[in-house]
Amino acid sequence: MGLSVDLRTHAGFRIAVLGVMILALVLCFFAAIAVGSTQLTIGEVLHYLFVETDSTKHRILVKIRIPRVIIAGLVGMSLSLSGCLLQGVMRNPLASPNIIGVSSGAGLTAVIVLILFPGYYYLVTPLAFLGACLTTLVVYTLAWTDGANPLRLVLSGIAVASFLGAGSNALMVFYPDRVQNVIGFMVGSLSAITWQDVSGMWPYTLVGLVLSFILSPQLNILLLGDETATSLGIKVERVRFLFIVIASLLAASAVSIVGLLGFVGLIVPHLARLIIGNNAKFLIPGSALLGAIVVMLCDMIGRVVIRPLELPVGIIMSLLGGPFFLYMLRKGGIRKSR
Amino acid sequence: MAIRAEGITLGYGDKRIIEDLDIHIPAGSFCSVIGPNGCGKSTLVKGLSRNLKLLSGSVEINNTSLRSFDTKLLAKKLAYVAQAPHIPDQFAVKELVAHGRFPHLHWMGRLTAHDHEVIAWAMEMTEISRYAERELTQLSGGERQRAWIAMALAQEAEILLMDEPTTYLDIAHQFQTLELVDRLQKETNRTVLMVLHDLNQAARYSDKIFVMHEGRLVAQGRPEEIMTSELLQDVFSIETRIIRDEDHDCPFFIPLRGRRA
Repeated sequence: MGLSVDLRTHAGFRIAVLGVMILALVLCFFAAIAVGSTQLTIGEVLHYLFVETDSTKHRILVKIRIPRVIIAGLVGMSLSLSGCLLQGVMRNPLASPNIIGVSSGAGLTAVIVLILFPGYYYLVTPLAFLGACLTTLVVYTLAWTDGANPLRLVLSGIAVASFLGAGSNALMVFYPDRVQNVIGFMVGSLSAITWQDVSGMWPYTLVGLVLSFILSPQLNILLLGDETATSLGIKVERVRFLFIVIASLLAASAVSIVGLLGFVGLIVPHLARLIIGNNAKFLIPGSALLGAIVVMLCDMIGRVVIRPLELPVGIIMSLLGGPFFLYMLRKGGIRKSR
Repeated sequence: MAIRAEGITLGYGDKRIIEDLDIHIPAGSFCSVIGPNGCGKSTLVKGLSRNLKLLSGSVEINNTSLRSFDTKLLAKKLAYVAQAPHIPDQFAVKELVAHGRFPHLHWMGRLTAHDHEVIAWAMEMTEISRYAERELTQLSGGERQRAWIAMALAQEAEILLMDEPTTYLDIAHQFQTLELVDRLQKETNRTVLMVLHDLNQAARYSDKIFVMHEGRLVAQGRPEEIMTSELLQDVFSIETRIIRDEDHDCPFFIPLRGRRA
């Protein structure tokens, strides 16, 4: 065995990677607000933002594009971070916000509102948020017997998701004429985002990010298994529950605004791990940044491929993310998360 | 006494593995627990390290009840090396050993200069300093075991519990690991309680051996009191010849005939 040292265990390298990611995020932000049915250059973006402030293009940028791109970033951060926390605490590479019932809970609530009470469409965001959080609690309670074993959490999550999914599907079958209302939510879409969405969402993302970062030593230690974690002084069940709560709040706040964009939470943490390594102190900010970049890019692509129409970001995510994920898998880049 | 357990009952769900067991571990001694598969050795160590809830009875660590210990405080008194811990990807040896400082850190978790000294000392003691930057997954089984022991040392706990530390190692690494723990125990005057499968290893290194059989403690004492043909016949159902190792002043056995299947 040679003395090969993995760069990803080097603090200097990891900090450099985070720096590059922040730079990429800023670039993506400007590219994303420049692109769309009205195409602008970066120079024009700056011009219309700061100089010609009474133009239509100024209003397009400020009222439509910027909130949309910010939400794309926040949603990407939240879902990716949520997946990263869940993969860690469950020591399962397949864990994602879907597995703790966030998507199925939000999905069913949204379907109920949009199909049975379409007049109350404006309640979708708060109710979907509530549905997502309640479903997580149900999954956690079902998995609990003298502790919430990670494997049982995953299995009860899958069972609950399939049960609630059946409910959503049944409603769509009974009211085929109203399915149109829910399609946007079911695939995840960033159209019609306003500043109100931004102000509703950013506190969750910020608190989630800060809490996860503070708790990153605990996440690292949970990777060593419950027994070792206990003997290092961690209250395993309490910390695991705390992480699940953070993960579900993050994912619920994202999903309730843009719909079921679940895939981000599964693949982005793996990509981040591949780039920056497994140490939570770096993986947590890395996942958040990469999640924001990926969703911004996918949304940008969705707005240009069939201009002047747009493809929902969820479809782009899965179209590009699926094959890319498989490619990484074939290359052996994705290993067990623990 | 470093550990004093009285009338403890341990089990999983409805299944009781250990019932009403007393065990006393003297401070500063090297003790081992032996017994056939399924006798409750690992269960006992899990109970003593609070990885398994006591169904009844009491455990005292340095005269303080195990139940009343804060988790972090307990981690400063008692370290536990699990039988098969998860090995995380992309973690350097140094990072693993640093985890041993967790119970000593404040909630923001910054390592102080003193913490770094202890980490360096623990790696030195276990002779893994030169692998400090190496990824855990690249280490051999024996090196990895030393990294886990270094992590436990960095905890600066005076009691060290180990669940079958030699099971997954080849004979050379088994020997190396036991020599290491023996040396650490003597140099740092720690209390060691180790679950072992190999009776000769137990006899060679232990001050005191505890023998378990079907969830009960059936014998305890110095190696020469335990390593008798009668006891090995009763507990393990094997016929043996006991020989004395004059160089190390300890008994060892040669198996003659096993139980018929």
